[in-house]
Amino acid sequence: MTAAHWPLPTMTAIKAISEPPRVALPTPPATAHPCSRSLLSVTSLAVEDVSAILGLATELEDQEPAARAQRLAHRRVALLFYESSTRTRTSFELAAKGLGADTALISSQSSSIEKGESLKDTGITLRALGAECIILRHLSSGAPYLLAQATGLPVLNAGDGMHEHPSQALLDVRTMLRALGRPETAPGETLLQGITVAITGDILHSRVARSNALLLPRLGARVLLCGPPALLPDVALELGPGIAIERDFDRALKQAQIVMMLRIQKERLTGVHIDLEEYTTRYQLHSERLRTSAPQAIVMHPGPMIRGLEITSDVADGPQSVIAEQVRNGVAIRMALIHRALVSEPGKTAPKAGPAKKLTVRKSPAAGKGSGA
Amino acid sequence: MNAILIRGGHLVDPSAGIDASRDLLLKDGRVAAVEPPGKLTAAAKQADAEIIEAGGLVVAPGLVDIHVHLREPGQGYKETIATGTAAAAAGGFTTVCAMPNTVPVNDSVETTRWMQSAERNPSARVFPIAAATRGSMGEALTEYGSLKAAGAVAVTDDGKPILGEAIMHQALAAAARAGLPVIQHAEDTRMTGGCSMNAGALAFRLGLRGMPVAAEAGLVERDLRLLAELKGGRAHLHVAHLSTAAALDAVRKARRNGLHVTCEVAPHHFVLTEAAVGEYNTNAKMNPPLRAESDRRAMLEGLLDGSIDCIATDHAPHAVHEKEQEFERAPNGITGLESALGLALDVLHRKHKVSLSRLMTLLSTQPANLLNLRGRGSLSVGAFADVVLFDPKAEWTFRASATRSKSSNTPFDGWPMLGKVRLTISEGRVTYRAD
Repeated sequence: MTAAHWPLPTMTAIKAISEPPRVALPTPPATAHPCSRSLLSVTSLAVEDVSAILGLATELEDQEPAARAQRLAHRRVALLFYESSTRTRTSFELAAKGLGADTALISSQSSSIEKGESLKDTGITLRALGAECIILRHLSSGAPYLLAQATGLPVLNAGDGMHEHPSQALLDVRTMLRALGRPETAPGETLLQGITVAITGDILHSRVARSNALLLPRLGARVLLCGPPALLPDVALELGPGIAIERDFDRALKQAQIVMMLRIQKERLTGVHIDLEEYTTRYQLHSERLRTSAPQAIVMHPGPMIRGLEITSDVADGPQSVIAEQVRNGVAIRMALIHRALVSEPGKTAPKAGPAKKLTVRKSPAAGKGSGA
Repeated sequence: MNAILIRGGHLVDPSAGIDASRDLLLKDGRVAAVEPPGKLTAAAKQADAEIIEAGGLVVAPGLVDIHVHLREPGQGYKETIATGTAAAAAGGFTTVCAMPNTVPVNDSVETTRWMQSAERNPSARVFPIAAATRGSMGEALTEYGSLKAAGAVAVTDDGKPILGEAIMHQALAAAARAGLPVIQHAEDTRMTGGCSMNAGALAFRLGLRGMPVAAEAGLVERDLRLLAELKGGRAHLHVAHLSTAAALDAVRKARRNGLHVTCEVAPHHFVLTEAAVGEYNTNAKMNPPLRAESDRRAMLEGLLDGSIDCIATDHAPHAVHEKEQEFERAPNGITGLESALGLALDVLHRKHKVSLSRLMTLLSTQPANLLNLRGRGSLSVGAFADVVLFDPKAEWTFRASATRSKSSNTPFDGWPMLGKVRLTISEGRVTYRAD
């Protein structure tokens, strides 16, 4: 916890946080989300929630900075990062600070995590220090669920293993709408109607691909997944409706208004051998290919990019690229997510649970039995 | 006291083909008499027997679980032989066979004897299953003859499957000479590194690496090929906790070809599917993992058509702090001794019309026969006085917090169960009595 550096609380702040946190953990509820203001997966967002987040992001972005900094003045947000990150960590931190919140950054190096402290205990410690929301980046899929359950706090998933990166998918939606010149205020399920998004590269190991493939079709888009079988198994089709596999990159490009490139995640390639020369030939987005197959398409990349591998510099820096826009939009979206986590909407006593219900079979006999006997 | 008369109950003893009202007299740790109702009154009086009224209850041979992890020696914080067998007794089990993945691994006569000592204070008879190779390292065979003489009833490297073809061949041949079965946890671990659930659409969506069906089926097929090469000998391969339709098909085919191969299935594999993993529920994480619905149905079919020999729980206790971890880090395994009968009665008996006699075959008679546990799994005169009395119609809710195990890592907390154990007697001693 050495890296915690929020300012000393004033007396009122101490008073405000003296009531919770409880020492005893609340008993885990039957459903898995202890706090529905968490964002663990895009599947827990109703389409209306997406619209609301987009609207709030714009509202916060447009607000005068001094007034905006009153929104969450002295509220406490912890950034718990078990994996390195540039974009996500910085933009979450800037987002929290932009709303006036105090932030503490805890990374797995330089904290008691190095001494073997568990995720649960780290979460309880942060809660005891007054954290009201935890933003978690973790190398293990599903870790945010454990943290949310252990702390009862709203948890924002800033990327968990190969599972999801929901804030990235939301900032991607904002970037797409702006690049396409489409209104954010259209009914949620039509936001991206008629748009084909080609997501290309290492789908298997990509949490960005999963979050986008799960979210975009619900907003009306068609998702084309593109890559070699070793990085894109056929089972990816079963993520949900509105998803197709197109192994020929040029054919995918010809159908796409948006092309999203992904890095090969070397750190997660266990036992998979990729012939990089062949991969580059088949799947690299370079200017000639772009000119031939998708001269109008918008080019995206969640970063980090490996220039010269999945994408060439002229494309990444070219006129069709909105890669820097994605990063910029990250701050607005993350302001909205932090705000949503800490402030309950007026007139809404219990936030909606969204359509993730079908996932919540934990300890529920009825649900479990529905699948069988 | 050394005599007990159980009267007025409905006796189900598949070993003797009895499924009728019978009174049962137990004396000096053995079954002394089985007679129609009322015929044993005089004999009971003479023996000064305690009388247990079993009206409305099923009286059956004590259940036999040939696959449990009792964690002793070495991991007493998860379970001890005393607590594990107390859970067994509460679940109606009178005999359990303890896997060798203890600390140290049970690959010795000393540990095998230690586990059976009365000082462990067991509430059920414990038969150790010894390691098939030293330290379960898959390199050098253990001493099968002396392990058998010390009480081991089979050999296995459970959890650390024997991948080497030559060593597996040697193990099957040496075990055949010693008259022991070789039990294989069928998982080609070269295909499952870093995997934490069943391979498929759900694993993909959850971003977890999946164990393919082929990792199980492939190793079963390999072992069956080795068994076929030894044909003519007395080699007996037993496949532990079968979980896939493909592996079951391989076992079926081999049996048709006359090979001596048997198999078991765990309750969770015929009750649950991978969907129970839900949002990373570590109490639904075990190895082999929960599989697809088609595999679950195949397990049910195998139990119904007789190609699966018995039910075994793979009772695998773990401490709370071990399961409250990231899904990929949490250890494999769930407890199972206290939920097995309630699930089997609910799912197999009530929903799939498996007769009580057939159910007792799967839970008692056949597992005892498989590992040559003489005098177990039967209520014939002279057999051990291992008896379970249960109310086959009682509906109840399983509570993990009420467990007698030291651990409560179960996905069945809050589940409805059918059939409540009222009394368990192990070798003539009451080991569990419901309140």
